[in-house]
Amino acid sequence: MKCRVCKGKAAIKIRRHNAAFCPEHFTEHAIRQVEKAIKDFDMIKPGDRLLLGVSGGKDSLALWDILTKLGYGVDGVYLELGIGGVDDHAYSDVSRRYCETFASNRGLKLEIVDLSTRYGFTIPEAATQTKRVPCSVCGLSKRYILNQAALDGKYDALVMGHNLDDEAATLMGNVLQWNTEYIGRQHPVLSASKDGLIRKVKPLIRLAERETAAYCVLNGIDYEVEECPMVEGNTGIKMKEWLNELEDRAPGAKHRFLFGYLERVSDRFATEQPELTICQSCGQPTTGATCAFCRLEIRMKS
Amino acid sequence: MKVVLRHPTREVEVDGLSTVSSVLKRLDILPDTVLVIRNGELLMSSEHLEPDDVIELRPVISGG
Repeated sequence: MKCRVCKGKAAIKIRRHNAAFCPEHFTEHAIRQVEKAIKDFDMIKPGDRLLLGVSGGKDSLALWDILTKLGYGVDGVYLELGIGGVDDHAYSDVSRRYCETFASNRGLKLEIVDLSTRYGFTIPEAATQTKRVPCSVCGLSKRYILNQAALDGKYDALVMGHNLDDEAATLMGNVLQWNTEYIGRQHPVLSASKDGLIRKVKPLIRLAERETAAYCVLNGIDYEVEECPMVEGNTGIKMKEWLNELEDRAPGAKHRFLFGYLERVSDRFATEQPELTICQSCGQPTTGATCAFCRLEIRMKS
Repeated sequence: MKVVLRHPTREVEVDGLSTVSSVLKRLDILPDTVLVIRNGELLMSSEHLEPDDVIELRPVISGG
């Protein structure tokens, strides 16, 4: 099969676009998709200071590379979660090293926030003590700490590496449960609130995760290939498996599902955001007296 | 040929097959859920394989 652009030997086929690309033109294609997402959803304004949440995985490192190539100045923040691993593979340590190597090779600024040092617990400890699914306490901690890091650094937006598969899986999970409040909040741009929620943007929304992985391989970006050892019980992966079976039979199904929602249906689910107050403990926005992260922190100290 | 699988990392021998698509079919893997890599290069489904090749099937699904 030949590259759609130059007719040279193709390295990857994207079935939903019915197109194949050589390494050079696939890279151009991926960059264009990110550029289009930023423009279509008005994600970034000129002069915005951007902070990217990086995990050491394919999505965040591909996005950091693409945004840099597009000329955006983007700093990174890595959250050290304290997750060990299988045999001698220390998951959090290895992931952090991929971020550090990527940043230092390109002269980019990377902040490391260590959950254990700053807040006194790791994700495995929090999951054990609260008897919650690890992904639940991890998601809560990431949302809180990344928002706080962006506020502390006076950034204009927090950039996240959620891709087409991530967003389609989240939407499908919420549709299957008819979680209308969560459905109404799903958008590639989440506005800032006066109470202290930083604006959040997701420029990878037009790229599938196979494409961000391919981008890394074709551009010499080393990333954490192993899956998080605490992923068991993550419902998002089950949604992705179902969507991939659908996509195999009907290429483009994931894109049509997500973008059909965003372009034609999302207005119908838009609801008033819940009234936010200020957490009496930390000052971040919350719906109650004390935010969920501070309640977790208090419980871990007890 | 030798096939490197991930999550966890392990190797399996697959014999008597000559294309990427036939290997994926034998192992019951959907083509869009992995990258197929040989010597650092991505392979398309139609790519011809030799008996002494070593290929990696790298999953692309992640938990987030």
